Amino acid sequence: MSAAVHAPGLKPGRIVLYALLALFAVFYLLPLFVMIVTSFKSLDEIRLGNMLSLPQQPTTEAWLAAWQTSCIGLTCEGLKGYFWNSIKMVVPAVFISTILGSLNGYVLTKWRFPGHRWIFALMLFGCFIPFQSVLVPMALILGKLGIAGTTAGLVLVHVVYGLGFTTLFFRNYYEAFPNELIRAAQIDGASFFQIFRRIMLPSSGPIIVVTVIFQFTNIWNDFLFGASFASGDSAPMTVALNNLVNTSTGVREYNVYMAAAIIAALPTLLVYIISGRYFVRGLMAGAVKG
Amino acid sequence: MSVEQTVEAAPQVIAAGRQPKPESPAGLWLQRHLPKLVLSPSLLAIGVFVYGFIIWTIYLSFTRSKILPVYAFAGTDAHQRLWHTPNWYKALENLAIFGSLYIIICLALGLFLAILIDQKIRGEGMFRPIFLYPMALSFIVTGTAWKWFLNPGYGLQKTVQDWGWASFTFDWITSTDMAIYTVVIAGVWQVSGFVMAMFLAGLRGIDSDMLRAAQIDGASTFNTYRRIVIPQLRPIFLSAFVVLAHMAIKSYDLVVALTGGGPGNATELPATFMYSYTFTRNQMAIGAASAVVMLAIIGAVIIPYLYLELREKKS
Repeated sequence: MSAAVHAPGLKPGRIVLYALLALFAVFYLLPLFVMIVTSFKSLDEIRLGNMLSLPQQPTTEAWLAAWQTSCIGLTCEGLKGYFWNSIKMVVPAVFISTILGSLNGYVLTKWRFPGHRWIFALMLFGCFIPFQSVLVPMALILGKLGIAGTTAGLVLVHVVYGLGFTTLFFRNYYEAFPNELIRAAQIDGASFFQIFRRIMLPSSGPIIVVTVIFQFTNIWNDFLFGASFASGDSAPMTVALNNLVNTSTGVREYNVYMAAAIIAALPTLLVYIISGRYFVRGLMAGAVKG
Repeated sequence: MSVEQTVEAAPQVIAAGRQPKPESPAGLWLQRHLPKLVLSPSLLAIGVFVYGFIIWTIYLSFTRSKILPVYAFAGTDAHQRLWHTPNWYKALENLAIFGSLYIIICLALGLFLAILIDQKIRGEGMFRPIFLYPMALSFIVTGTAWKWFLNPGYGLQKTVQDWGWASFTFDWITSTDMAIYTVVIAGVWQVSGFVMAMFLAGLRGIDSDMLRAAQIDGASTFNTYRRIVIPQLRPIFLSAFVVLAHMAIKSYDLVVALTGGGPGNATELPATFMYSYTFTRNQMAIGAASAVVMLAIIGAVIIPYLYLELREKKS
């Protein structure tokens, strides 16, 4: 819809409109602005100066400290190891859950069998459960499997609890894919996997992008699973950031905390900046409506 | 029908993809059941890791598990103790305050921003991403940023005082009574842009002929929105409500990073309660009982919604 109520031009109403928009833009940008300027200040400047002022003597010390020498728990080697942990967790988890989601979506739309709707509903409900209701059994099973406290364990957890969403995305996308094409290919003797590889996958580009972005953002930003199942050296970025900020003793190095927070936010922020459109689409699809 | 014709017409066209297969019984069985076989690992995983684990947790809530699980049935002991824990009532009260404010403010602000953006403004491509980017951040990052921003000694309070308003106070984050509202502020900051995007998509889908007709009839902008536009956004209100409600109930990371549940237990929520009773206070059975209550609350919101959504698609 377009509200063509006002003709373009600067009537008083338009001025109020833009003033409001600018005000809200300030509200959303201010915390980020404060984070950035703080991360480039020295501790003295933070103590004496104003939160909103630009750094007088910009320094990257806090960034280097956050990356290399800040203390998380008992080790003082910065965030770099944890950043790498998160990458090692996110890449396989996103890859596996996306592949499985696309296959599931394919079966649930093009190879339906009685009860497919129930199965989908059960998978979907799995997306929304509070993970507190599976936390203890998961910890026990990961222990039994010998992958408690490892990145492999986290990959398993994120694949399992991401399946509902990835299946949802692909199911809704394939729902609109013409059945006639599938039927024709079947008549031509194409097998289940041939149809998937030659017909479904080549036209799945957009939904693959949406799913990968959604999963990447979710898994990178996860805290609960990381905190529960991967303590110590295998902890992901979010857990390390929280440990750095909330469990450290001694002088509170706010500049280091802010640099660390920005580092933790950078990957998802970059994804958002590069592919905002798909990011939004994924979020919307996550609200079930396809 | 036309299927046979296609078969007859097709043979020359078919390329490498088709080999005439000698069909062994095993091969036929495999072919018939292949789709189900492909689906089965995911089904098994969800069956075990979601539903099996939920049943497991429910069972644990009927035991006396402390630091480790024990499986002797103990009736409703843990549930009774949960409902005699003052801290649990604090968590529920906070969830009620946080949840209702979070949902209402996000819906109102999201709709308001969407309407602002929908006025054929210049620079839409600039404002939209500014309102939405917090959604890409981790709640831990959001919590860390706001914790700093709201810190009375360094943040907003000091800044305004430095500007000359010496008596200005904004120390909610350290106040037992007000800390829960800082969680609301940070939560709204993170998610309202997303709600805006949902409403904006809805606004763009509304038939513009109806609006033009309303204008010709002399309806004011305000009335057009109130009478025609907003009623048509009902499904979006519903979706946004469900998404927000389920996020509110699960809220954990934000509180951990922003206030750590404090000061004292001022920002305790069911999710933080469950975690601390299970893993740090070694009251696993009570933690499990609290998780069951959380599941029940979410189920009450989600199940009717999924039922509606999936039924609609059938017709």
